[in-house]
Amino acid sequence: MSGPSLLDVDGLNVVYPSRGGVTRAVRDVRFTLGRERLGIVGESGSGKSTTGRALLGLVPAPGQVSARKMTFQGKDLTKLDASQWQELRGRRISMVMQDPKYSLNPVKRIGAQIVETITLHDAAGTGQARRRALDMLSAVQIHDPERVFNLFPHQLSGGMGQRAMIAMMLVAEPDLLIADEPTSALDVTVQNEVLRILDDLVTGRGMGLIFISHNLTVVSSFCDRVLVMYGGRVVEECDAKALDKARHPYTRALVAAAPRLDVKQHELSVVVRDPAWLT
Amino acid sequence: MSVAAEPMIVVGNLDVTFAGGRSRTAAVQGVSFDVTRGGSFGIVGESGSGKSTVLKAVAGLIDVRPGSIRINGQVKGAKRTKADRKLLQYVFQDPYGSLHPRQTVDRTLREPLAIHGLGGADERIVAALADVGLDSRHRYSYPHQLSGGQRQRVAIARALILSPSILLLDEPTSALDVSVQAEILNLLAELRKARSLTTIFVSHDLAVIAHFCERAAIMREGRIVETVSAQTLRDGDAGQPYSRSLIAASRGYQRARAASP
Repeated sequence: MSGPSLLDVDGLNVVYPSRGGVTRAVRDVRFTLGRERLGIVGESGSGKSTTGRALLGLVPAPGQVSARKMTFQGKDLTKLDASQWQELRGRRISMVMQDPKYSLNPVKRIGAQIVETITLHDAAGTGQARRRALDMLSAVQIHDPERVFNLFPHQLSGGMGQRAMIAMMLVAEPDLLIADEPTSALDVTVQNEVLRILDDLVTGRGMGLIFISHNLTVVSSFCDRVLVMYGGRVVEECDAKALDKARHPYTRALVAAAPRLDVKQHELSVVVRDPAWLT
Repeated sequence: MSVAAEPMIVVGNLDVTFAGGRSRTAAVQGVSFDVTRGGSFGIVGESGSGKSTVLKAVAGLIDVRPGSIRINGQVKGAKRTKADRKLLQYVFQDPYGSLHPRQTVDRTLREPLAIHGLGGADERIVAALADVGLDSRHRYSYPHQLSGGQRQRVAIARALILSPSILLLDEPTSALDVSVQAEILNLLAELRKARSLTTIFVSHDLAVIAHFCERAAIMREGRIVETVSAQTLRDGDAGQPYSRSLIAASRGYQRARAASP
């Protein structure tokens, strides 16, 4: 880990009460984050997205979040009220979602959406906000920011939409970015360009990044460290580059189940789930 | 050439143009390939490359210039007889969208049998469920009561219940988790072998294509960049720069490689 910790989480639980009892979506999750790229991998229902949402106070009702410890830059996140969360979100912690088609406002021009983010967080004038928005669009490798500024989301390709989304999330210069499957809807070549932009921002601005993904290849090649989640728990934490040498049977099974481009596999190995992983 | 010696599917100089209002989009241009009987052919490319359009044309869902598609030795356009349709079945990407939400598994599987006037529906449905590894207790379930993997098994059962010779697969595992994808790919490989199916597998995922197919066409902007063997994909020594960059990108993120072109 590099530098002092940005985020310190211990005993994080998220439960959804239901008629049949409670569903424990996240169980006793513990990790720290510095100014680094931390990957969270897992399959659907593993609790990886819910963990990300809990860090932003965005777990929807009737979900209940509790934690022994959840601090961001020393600030206790478990004691925040709605207005304090509002103060933190966007400005200090931002989130990029999977699909720009659904997370951008479809009836508002890209530029106006970014300007709105700026004026919401800072007392910036219209001209200044516009300049900052254009600069941010350039920073995410959009080569003709003036044109994109005036477009609607449906006029952008997936890759451009995701860049616009990242621009909007980063314009308030947060210290922590939570990216939930930010490249999963993108073509592989575009995916790598978006990863490079995120990489530059982490390295250049000293931002912390939580990168949530189901894609083991992307996570192991892009992140510094990885948390592997299963059934709401972190079953393993390891160096991203050492994912193929993981010790937990679930991680090993997951790595083995993915088709590989480098070697011929006659049959893919199937994940045989052990109930003990949940205890 | 006798019918038996000709490849099962021959696509020759296929063009597909979509006209909408004033604009005309050439979605597929001059695409040619063939698939031997029992062969597994892959089409890989990024979004908008035309890979799914080629598959739709082969299935007869798009009208094409006469002569550009030959199936089982005969020229086929968009007009297909019932026998043609029985010969060739389709599995789509999204098991959530391709199953009727208000029909049980039983009714989903019964419909193709009724259309083609096949008897012994009950026995065939039970056998079809067993073939795709679905427990018989799911026979009267609705799609929302099944997991994504189970739904895709239903879609495969529906395709195979007519005992087709050709199975067209359009991103059949892209919406599934890695562990479920492994189960479905193993199932498809097993069925392909057991039934000597001729398959065309369309995907954006090079690793999946290299795993499932013997040969694959790499498409970009409506054209085939090149057709390579699965081993070439694994070795990464494709001839064209685009293919090489696609293979490199599929191997994961590397700072140096992602640098601006």
